[in-house]
Amino acid sequence: MSSRSSGSPHPYIPATGADRARMLERIGAPDVGALFADLPAAMRDPAIHLPPALPEPELIALMEELAGANADPWRPDFLGAGAYRRSIPVITAFLIGRSEFATSYTPYQPEISQGTLQAAFEYQSVVCELTGMDVSNAGLYDVASATAEACLLAARVTKRRIVALLEPIHPGTVEVVRAYARGAGLRVDTVPSPEAIGEEHACLVAQQPDFLGTIVDLEPLAAAAHGVGALFVAVADPFALGLLRAPGDAGADIVTGEGRDLAGPPNYGGPSLGLFAARTKYLRQMPGRIVGRTRELADGNGRGEERTGYVLTLQAREQFIRRERATSNVSTAQALIAVAFTITVQALGPNGMRESAVLCYQRAHDAASRIAALPGYETPERGPWFQEFLVRGPIPAAELAARLAARGIGAGLDVSARPEPEARDALLFAVTEATPEAHVDALIGALAEIGGEA
Amino acid sequence: MSGSGPGVADFGARLSFDRGEPGRRAVDVPSWAGEEAPLPDDRLLRESVRLPELSQGGLVRYYTALSARNYGIDSGTYPLGSCTMKYNPKVNDTVASLFGFARAHPQAPAEDVQGTLRIQLELGNGLGELTGLPNVSLAPAAGAHGELAGVFMVARALEDRGELETRRRILVPDSAHGTNPATAAMAGFKVTQIPTGADGSLDRATIQRELDETVAAVMVTAPNTLGLWERGIEEVAGLIHDAGGYLYGDGANFNAIMGRVRFGDLGFDVVHLNLHKSFSTPHGGGGPGAGPVLCSEELAPYLPTPVVEEDDDGLVRLVAPERSIGRLQQFQGNAAVLVRAYAYMRALGLDGLRAASGQAVLNANYVRALLHGHYDLPYDRPVLHEVVFSGSRQRRELGVRTYDIAKRLIDHGFHPPTVYFPLIVEEALMIEPTESEPPEAIEALVEALISVAKEAESDPDTLHHAPWTAPIGRLDEATAARRPVLRWQEDSE
Amino acid sequence: MKADYEVPDNLLYTDEHEWLRRDEENPDQATIGITDFAQDNVGDVVYLELPPEGDSVSAGETCGEIESAKTVSDLYAPVDGVVVATNGDLEDQPELVNDSPYGDGWMIRVRMADAAQLDDLLDASAYRALIEEH
Ligand SMILES: Cc1ncc(COP(=O)(O)O)c(C=O)c1O
Repeated sequence: MSSRSSGSPHPYIPATGADRARMLERIGAPDVGALFADLPAAMRDPAIHLPPALPEPELIALMEELAGANADPWRPDFLGAGAYRRSIPVITAFLIGRSEFATSYTPYQPEISQGTLQAAFEYQSVVCELTGMDVSNAGLYDVASATAEACLLAARVTKRRIVALLEPIHPGTVEVVRAYARGAGLRVDTVPSPEAIGEEHACLVAQQPDFLGTIVDLEPLAAAAHGVGALFVAVADPFALGLLRAPGDAGADIVTGEGRDLAGPPNYGGPSLGLFAARTKYLRQMPGRIVGRTRELADGNGRGEERTGYVLTLQAREQFIRRERATSNVSTAQALIAVAFTITVQALGPNGMRESAVLCYQRAHDAASRIAALPGYETPERGPWFQEFLVRGPIPAAELAARLAARGIGAGLDVSARPEPEARDALLFAVTEATPEAHVDALIGALAEIGGEA
Repeated sequence: MSGSGPGVADFGARLSFDRGEPGRRAVDVPSWAGEEAPLPDDRLLRESVRLPELSQGGLVRYYTALSARNYGIDSGTYPLGSCTMKYNPKVNDTVASLFGFARAHPQAPAEDVQGTLRIQLELGNGLGELTGLPNVSLAPAAGAHGELAGVFMVARALEDRGELETRRRILVPDSAHGTNPATAAMAGFKVTQIPTGADGSLDRATIQRELDETVAAVMVTAPNTLGLWERGIEEVAGLIHDAGGYLYGDGANFNAIMGRVRFGDLGFDVVHLNLHKSFSTPHGGGGPGAGPVLCSEELAPYLPTPVVEEDDDGLVRLVAPERSIGRLQQFQGNAAVLVRAYAYMRALGLDGLRAASGQAVLNANYVRALLHGHYDLPYDRPVLHEVVFSGSRQRRELGVRTYDIAKRLIDHGFHPPTVYFPLIVEEALMIEPTESEPPEAIEALVEALISVAKEAESDPDTLHHAPWTAPIGRLDEATAARRPVLRWQEDSE
Repeated sequence: MKADYEVPDNLLYTDEHEWLRRDEENPDQATIGITDFAQDNVGDVVYLELPPEGDSVSAGETCGEIESAKTVSDLYAPVDGVVVATNGDLEDQPELVNDSPYGDGWMIRVRMADAAQLDDLLDASAYRALIEEH
């Protein structure tokens, strides 16, 4: 039996004291510290203050306690504004939990990475089908960074220096595009209507549904962009695309989107998943990994079967080959989340995607009309909408949110500071296919009570 | 065709799209029983989406078969240099999926996510302690994203100094990862490449010659991509600062030095870490990761939004730094990855992290000692976390490329090392065993590498056509790129 | 093991491994491609970005890009001139560069601004000596 001190230092680190002694002898070093001799002696092994190590049961207890310090995960909550709780088939989490997927890395060795590669090819196929585009990459960090990459691509191919974002668009997307654009020396205009763009603009970017939930007719926007020689970029919710017209069909040149909500729970925003699909003519300008289908080499291993396989392809665009001239610096992205997204979409299938989108639409419209029927409340509309709606109550928005919170209900996002007249004094509520009817009932009850107090 | 398992002939020819039958489904969607609102105008809607129709069991079998055609750390040794493929503790996944964390909404008010934010605060504090750079944003989603944050911060600071117009260059060693020059270019800088000296360190004379009022920053990977410590980096930091530039640290290889030396003490101004590497979170076949950016007091006002702060009454909040470069993603990063990294930090504590870096370095040196003489070692010095051999002798004398050696290693049951990186080593074989491999696994890996080297002499053709035992043989990458097929098509089977 | 690279005697060469063939009928024009040595070193060519007709090129400056599965290389113009033709077949069949570097794999034809620049190029024996060093 080996004592604790001569055993391995931790369950995650297998070498025992005896192992170390043997290895050090082979190397010819007196101790492990000697291996760090190149580090400046005066700065070595500094005092560092970290909380003490915890054995697994205590670690779990601590994490349970911290998870409990968040709000009740099952309480009624109507936040949306870029992240939506969806009905995810249980097989999604189950399958991406398979450690052959989860504990692998970038598929540089295709012969032992066909799982990741073929799944990525499935993902690209699904994204193309949903968006109506020709080609998709294997995924970027999130919708906002993907949209920023789309703007950079547009600036490269049009050789123009200004990008236009159509309001209302997610403020986080605007901020991210601004940060990336600054690096590239581009200007960002947020515009109230497509008439505001001209021949100086590289692209027009529009969100579908827009930030306040309205379904947008993309076709005239695409026409306006193309009329001035700009690209049209649609930032589309892939879930809504089960029902809504494919942006490619409406004339989009690039489609980005957020895939997180179809991959799993919101996870406080991440892991997220940036969809990025485009017309074939922009293929060689695209950022990120792309997986292609091919066959075994005839002399690959002498079997001569030439079976079908998948590889990373068009890699000359990427940082590890083109370095400072790469289309993007992205390397590690969100591969596992892309697999999850794909499994959910495929589990739903063509009918399920549409049925869930319709269910989402109906639940949201039902909730909105029940709220609008309450005395003192209105749900101002800006056109047809999908799953999010504005609620203006008898008291200021912030106070309404606070009083709902006091009743254990998470209110919609306060958008009262936005310029759109419909958003004045309003909260933006999301109701989805996954919102339990009992939560809507609780909300209606609470709003009625608050209305009665006002 | 019979059967549907992973061993079936030409498994890859049939995608999920080719496997379903119209009318099958994997899940039911409840129907809406309430009053029906009219749908929007048809012109806003679509007819249908082309997607496969599989039963639940069918879909599970298909993806299970795919997973069987993959190799992960749980499958075996994965010595992929520069990627720190260490064991991913399962408890991290378990705690990250607790509903309190998983169902937290990114727009939730701070009061509703105190558990998540407390974790981020303490993880940030821990990383600050370990790097000696106490100011941190955990928002970047991966290493390259953290780099982008860091270089944007440098640009913003120079702008405030009124020197952005003149400081247009970033010096990047020729051994750097491709993300470094690509990032510098995305931030609008010109890249000047710095050669590596014969000892594997930055060429000091070139740096001294290049450092002037046009230099914004020097990006240094520490330890570098040869697995070597940049000796005297603390002096180089002084030279850079004297010339008015910043020292950027690529901390992707932090696993070698956790608890042993701190970037801040060495004079680095800003660094990023790769938590998916050093902090053991699953790499997911290429993400998600997390690439926190840490910096000095001077650069702290420029950190990306958000950063986590605790206010006087103990409430933890997200705030935007005063002169922030802004957001680099819509919300606050890969929060679930950060939960895993925190669980890792708490499971090890300082002693555990020191043990990890010590063992990682010992293991790499053990590989170096055992493999010495069987492959060329262009930079023959004790290493830190990884060791870079070269197959150039095999190429020259036997016509066997490192590519072939890597493929043959697959037949021995290993994931190959990183190959052809760093670019300065011809036919590079970059081996990073990590601390989680026991000595017997390292010995088996080395034996396999030696047997492949011998086979290269006796029977090179077996290497040229390897692998022989993988689910699939060598693939035609040239045709894949010449005539790209990038998605399922109706008739593609 | 050194492969035997083809280096035709009747062509001119650059240090960057391009070849140039002066047109017999239009001596102010020349056809340009990359050498056998170059195609072998870049590997399977998968895509080319060539200057369109009418573009000016200058000696020693990049005028295009050659992508293989694992690398990208610049194409340098051997002489000053204006592009009068690009090889459209390479769009669909980039492999012609590997299969026939001096024939069907040619890349561009230029009208030279100054034929005297040809004197600065290498002849076959000088080029052979250059690749021997590699
Ligand atoms: C040295 C080095 N720097 C930077 C990166 C980029 O990190 P990431 O892939 O997380 O973007 C990597 C790994 O890919 C790396 O090895």
